[in-house]
Amino acid sequence: MAHADLARLENISVKVGNKQILSSINLPLHDDCITTLIGPNGAGKSTLVKVLLRLMKPTEGKVWTRPNLRIGYMPQKIQIDRTLPLNVKHFLQTPHGYSRTEIEAALVDVGASHLLNYSIHDLSGGEMQRALLARALLRKPDLLVLDEPVQGVDINGQTELYKLITEIRKRRRCSVLMISHDLHLVMASTDHVICLNTHVCCSGHPETVSADPAYIELFGASHAATLALYNHHHNHSHDLHGDVVHGDCCGDEHG
Amino acid sequence: MATVVEMSMADFLLYALLAGVAVALVSGPLGAFVVWRRMAYFGDTLAHSALLGISLGVLFDINLNLAVVLCCVALAVGLVAMQRQQWVPTDTLLGIMAHSSLSLGLVAVSLLDNVRIDLQAYLFGDLLAITPEDLQWILLGAVTVLLMIYWLWQPLLAITINEELAQVEGISVARYRLALMLLIAMVIAGAMKLVGVLLITALMIMPAAAARRLANTPEQMAIFASLLGTLAVCGGIALSWLIDTPAGPSVVVSALAIFILIFATPRRSR
Repeated sequence: MAHADLARLENISVKVGNKQILSSINLPLHDDCITTLIGPNGAGKSTLVKVLLRLMKPTEGKVWTRPNLRIGYMPQKIQIDRTLPLNVKHFLQTPHGYSRTEIEAALVDVGASHLLNYSIHDLSGGEMQRALLARALLRKPDLLVLDEPVQGVDINGQTELYKLITEIRKRRRCSVLMISHDLHLVMASTDHVICLNTHVCCSGHPETVSADPAYIELFGASHAATLALYNHHHNHSHDLHGDVVHGDCCGDEHG
Repeated sequence: MATVVEMSMADFLLYALLAGVAVALVSGPLGAFVVWRRMAYFGDTLAHSALLGISLGVLFDINLNLAVVLCCVALAVGLVAMQRQQWVPTDTLLGIMAHSSLSLGLVAVSLLDNVRIDLQAYLFGDLLAITPEDLQWILLGAVTVLLMIYWLWQPLLAITINEELAQVEGISVARYRLALMLLIAMVIAGAMKLVGVLLITALMIMPAAAARRLANTPEQMAIFASLLGTLAVCGGIALSWLIDTPAGPSVVVSALAIFILIFATPRRSR
C-alpha cells in the first residue's frame, strides 16, 4: 500500500536510569491505516506512544510528524482532582471552546450523549473512556491515538468499541494507532500489527477469524467478526530480563 | 474635634476595606487553582520567602514591595524548574525551603540594627495601616492580576484538568505553570501587608475550599471563592476594629467561621 507517512519514529531509544525501555525503534505511521501495537507488559508500548506525542523526550532518535498533523489522544484513564467541580460538557469544552452542538455531536458519535451533564467524577470506567474518546474526536484528528481502549472492558463493550472505532475511521478518514493489551487478538479492521518488546519483534497483517468456526463457537458470530488473529513470527526470544536471545524460535511464543 | 477624628478613622477603615476586598477578589480564583493543583505547600513556601525578600530589600535599599515580588518570583521560577526536572519538591523539601527563607530573613533583619522593621506587621499583616499609596498599588495589582486570570483562564484550567491531554493538544504546560506561580507570587507580595506572610495561604484556600461545596463549575467555584473571601475580609476588619484584634488573624478566623457554616449546612446535591 503506498500511503503517505503521517509520522515517523526514527531510531528512537529511551533509557530511564539503567533500564532500556525502547531500543532503536524505526516506525512509520501511514495515512489512512489502522495500526495496532501489541506486546507484553513493560514492553514500552505506552512509552513509544508518549514519545510519538512528544510527551516524553527520547534518549536518542527523532520524531517526525507531518506539518499541521492533528492528533487526538485517548489515554487509558486520567485522574481529575475531586476538588474540581466539572461536568462532561465542561470537560469537553476546555480549553478550545467547542460549541454545544459540536460537543453533543461528538458524544452521539461515541454513544454517550446522555453523559452531557454528568459530573466527571461520577463516571464509570467505560463512561470515562467514551468521554475521553469524544474529546479526542472533537479535535477532528488526522491521527487518533488510543491507549488500550478495551482494557478492563467486557466482550460486549469491546465489540461495540471496535465497531465504533472502525466506523469513526471510515467516516472521518483518520488514521488510528491503537495499543492493545491482548497479545494475539486485535481489532479486525487493523491493517498493520506491530509486536513490541523494547524493540520491534515482528510486524505484519492479521487474519480475520469471522468465518472461522472455532472462533464463532468461542465468541459468537458478532464478536468474532470484530476480531482478527495475529500470528507472531519471531526469529528470537526474550529472556526473563527482556534481553534478546537469538536463535530459531517457535512462531508465536512470546518471552 | 470628634468629627475630624471620626472622618480620618473612616478614611483608613475605607482604605483597609478596599484593599482587603481587592485582595479577596484575586485570592478567589487563584485560591481555587491552589486547591485544585494541591499547591497549598507551594503557596506557603512562597509566602514564607517573602520575608527574605523584605530583608534583602532593606539590605540593598530597594523598594520593599519590589524586593518581595522579585524574591517570590525567583523562588517560583526555581520551584517550577525543579518540577520540570521531575525532581518534584516533596513536602519535606518545601518545608525546609519555607522555614529556611523565613529564618534567613529574620536573622538578616536582626543583624541590621540601624534599621527597625515591624516584624509583627509583616508576619500577621497590618490591615488598618494601609496608606493611600499602598491602596493605589494594591488596586492596580489586583486589576492586573484579575485581567491576567481572565485572559489565561482556559489554558490554566486545561492544565489543571490533565497535563498530558493539555500538552498533546498544544498547550505549553510549563509556561502556564510558571504563569500561575508568578500570579500567586504577585498576590502574595500584595496581600502581605493585609494578612501577613504566615496567613496568606489561608486567605487563598479557605474561601476556595468552602466554595467547592456551593459550586457546580470551575468558574462558579472561583467566583464564590472571591465572594466568600470578601465576606471574610469584611468580617475580619469589623472584628479588628471593634475589639482591637490583629487584622490578619481576624480575617482568617472570619474565613474559618464561613467555612464551618457552609460545611455544617446539609448538602443537597453536588
